Amino acid sequence: MPVDETLSRYSDWTYAAAVGVYVLALLFSLVEQAFGRSTRKAAERELVGAGAPVVKPLGEPANAEEDRAGRAERFGRMSVSLIVLGALLHLGALALRGLATGRVPWGNMYEFGATLSLAAVVTWLVLLRRFPIRRLSVWLLLPVIVLMFLGGVVLYTTAAPVQPALQSYWLAIHVFAIALGSGMVLVPGVVSVLYLVKVRRPQWATRLPDAHVLDQVAYRTTVFAFPIYTAGVIFGAIWAESAWGRFWGWDPKETVAFVAWIVYAAYLHSRATAGWRGGRAAVINIVGFAVMIFNLFFINLVIAGLHSYAGL
Amino acid sequence: MRVVALLRNTWRGLTSMRTALVLLFLLAVAALPGALLPQRSLNAGKAEQFITDNGWWGELLDRLGFFAVYGSVWFSAVYLLLFLSLVGCLTPRTFEYAKSLRAKPVLTPRNLARLPHHAQGSATRDPDAVMATARQRLRGWRLAVREEDDGARSISAERGYLRETGNLVFHFAMLGLIVALAIGKMFNYEGQVVVLANGSEFCNSGTFAYDTFTPGLRVDGTDLDEFCVKVDDFTAHYLPTGQADYFRADLGYQAGADLATGTWRPYALEVNSPLRVEGDRVYLLGNGYAPVFSVTFPGGEKRTGTTQWRTVDNQTYLAEGATKFDPPGISDPAERRRKQLAITGLLAPTAVEHNGALTSGFPDLNDPAVAIDVLRGDLGNESGRGQSIYEVNQSMVDSGRLKRVARENLRPGEELKLDDGTVVRFDGVRRWVYLQVSHDPAQVWVLGFAIVLVLGLGTSLVFKRRRLWVRATPATGDDGDGRTVVVLGGLARTDQAGYGEEFQRFAADLLAELAPDDGDEDPAREDVAAGRET
Repeated sequence: MPVDETLSRYSDWTYAAAVGVYVLALLFSLVEQAFGRSTRKAAERELVGAGAPVVKPLGEPANAEEDRAGRAERFGRMSVSLIVLGALLHLGALALRGLATGRVPWGNMYEFGATLSLAAVVTWLVLLRRFPIRRLSVWLLLPVIVLMFLGGVVLYTTAAPVQPALQSYWLAIHVFAIALGSGMVLVPGVVSVLYLVKVRRPQWATRLPDAHVLDQVAYRTTVFAFPIYTAGVIFGAIWAESAWGRFWGWDPKETVAFVAWIVYAAYLHSRATAGWRGGRAAVINIVGFAVMIFNLFFINLVIAGLHSYAGL
Repeated sequence: MRVVALLRNTWRGLTSMRTALVLLFLLAVAALPGALLPQRSLNAGKAEQFITDNGWWGELLDRLGFFAVYGSVWFSAVYLLLFLSLVGCLTPRTFEYAKSLRAKPVLTPRNLARLPHHAQGSATRDPDAVMATARQRLRGWRLAVREEDDGARSISAERGYLRETGNLVFHFAMLGLIVALAIGKMFNYEGQVVVLANGSEFCNSGTFAYDTFTPGLRVDGTDLDEFCVKVDDFTAHYLPTGQADYFRADLGYQAGADLATGTWRPYALEVNSPLRVEGDRVYLLGNGYAPVFSVTFPGGEKRTGTTQWRTVDNQTYLAEGATKFDPPGISDPAERRRKQLAITGLLAPTAVEHNGALTSGFPDLNDPAVAIDVLRGDLGNESGRGQSIYEVNQSMVDSGRLKRVARENLRPGEELKLDDGTVVRFDGVRRWVYLQVSHDPAQVWVLGFAIVLVLGLGTSLVFKRRRLWVRATPATGDDGDGRTVVVLGGLARTDQAGYGEEFQRFAADLLAELAPDDGDEDPAREDVAAGRET
């Protein structure tokens, strides 16, 4: 099937626009981070807002500080809107890429990175509805923007059909499940770093939410992502059985995927082990995410294996 | 006695969660070198190269098994210990689980206000009516209603038993998967073979039929599943960029009764659709080119040779190799060994010539050409040592017993003449396919256990084990006439995540139903808010 170059160009523009909007959202979120209320007050307000019916604080003090905080909060809300807009553009870029090539838009490393980061952003948007973590958007957008920038500049590949080994419906299933799982664990990876800062250096983290909120966000996201990632690896094994002649062959990519799986399994176990909850568990989660990133970049780019394809 | 104590302590230590965690880390760390260092099982040549490049350091790593990590003693030791630890952890948990399935929910704690989730309110009904209402709202929970002192009643409720079910299913499925893997390693085999795509046949009748063969621990290469494959044609299609678009080998195969009748059944073998026959799978793993040379000897005898050449560049399919000929009609071995011929060099499917040097510009067979050396002399076939079909014996060249007698670039149909009148003609190019036959009787079990594993994992992470208590006590004091004090408590047995919201909703709804006419001042709501998750 020939590639529609016009659509592919539109896809590239939309991708760039999405990155631009994310950068803007990051700046807005930064304003809230810098000038917003410090954690205690903000947390109280957020808590009321999260569960029980919203109670408007009576007679809001009209002093300058409060005023500034209110404006900062408006920036925070705008940053959320911008993230939603960015995610829509991001989705549009992927959809256009898919239409241009007539296949699923995760057939090379550039496209995989784009899918993964969209998964991370959508996960974040879902979490925003349930937890008072809006001002942490900066910390999520930072790695997402870096990933998308690297993808768009260093790893970019022109839209093209994929080689015979990838022409299978498992491309849609396996790669999507892995991209989704990897994108989702980006969130707990980042949040666990913040957790460690909050617990070990509280004086630096007056504007971060409570440690237990961070812990909950990390845990619940990991718990959701882990079965998806597990299924993704198993889908990969099923595909490998029909494409490479064996379901598991300790190809470097498979090996590191296995290592990452073991690390996340260790994370789940650590939360049921006395003395390992909290800080140590957070460290394990960060290690798990580091292994995922290592698998994405180092194994793909430095070590040749069956998962390396010509167009990255 | 001390031995028993030692054994017991070792067992306890091994099966504790802390040990399991450490073993999990060890497994992760032990698996990593396999991704970072070249492995013999994946690329033996690369592993050997690495060892020679790194001197004593490489040899030390080799002796410690770093180039065959997944079969090494230390890797096996870690996963065997983990396996034992898992069994030791699961056995008592299974018994406990069976017991808990029959047990009633635990007694209501005396002071519910001390629990992480609690709420309080009052009702206009008597304790029994409160119990009845609560019971109705606790449909789906496992319940135990108990009578307490002072006319109080309490309900203990528990749900989320599926969490432990899923957890156990997950771990047992993992045990099953490991066992199935081990059984597979006993009885599997894998063989690779190059077959010319010109109607050549290949039969799975023994290890001799293969170029390479890797048997499982209990396979000796006899008694393979009998079937034959005939490669009629091979088609490749490439994009203008040189990227492959599709590969297809048109096969005929026969198995079972067809072998006797000679019936060939057609199959289009493609990269993602292996041929599954007789419990074996046949894969299309690669392809390449074989030049056809015909040699007309001075006596007029003609010999044609079609030998596969190996692809040296995966982008352009430039190939190298050696096609070897024995001179016909010479009975004296010494004489024959002076006149053997070898044609070696490069084959380009789409020739690009640059100052006489041949390279390939495209992987498809658009404009083939060969750049060949013709060597004459002793090929060294009788030396008793095996030699590569892709190369001539270099020691014969070095010792001068195999001499170059011609060098030329040829297109199909072109020929060259040697000094003794022998004519070498480049007839054309055939394609070959690289097939793999795999056999693993246990892989369907591995798949089955993997599916159960994911289902168990999902179940264990979705469901939350949690407890809820409601106590209704007749109010005492002057204004307490006819009123009942209702106290609720909640405890999440696994992770606290999310239980707070569910508990509050339940408490608020129940208290609202029990005291509908309390007007503005709603004690239930206030208490609920106070008892928020912290």
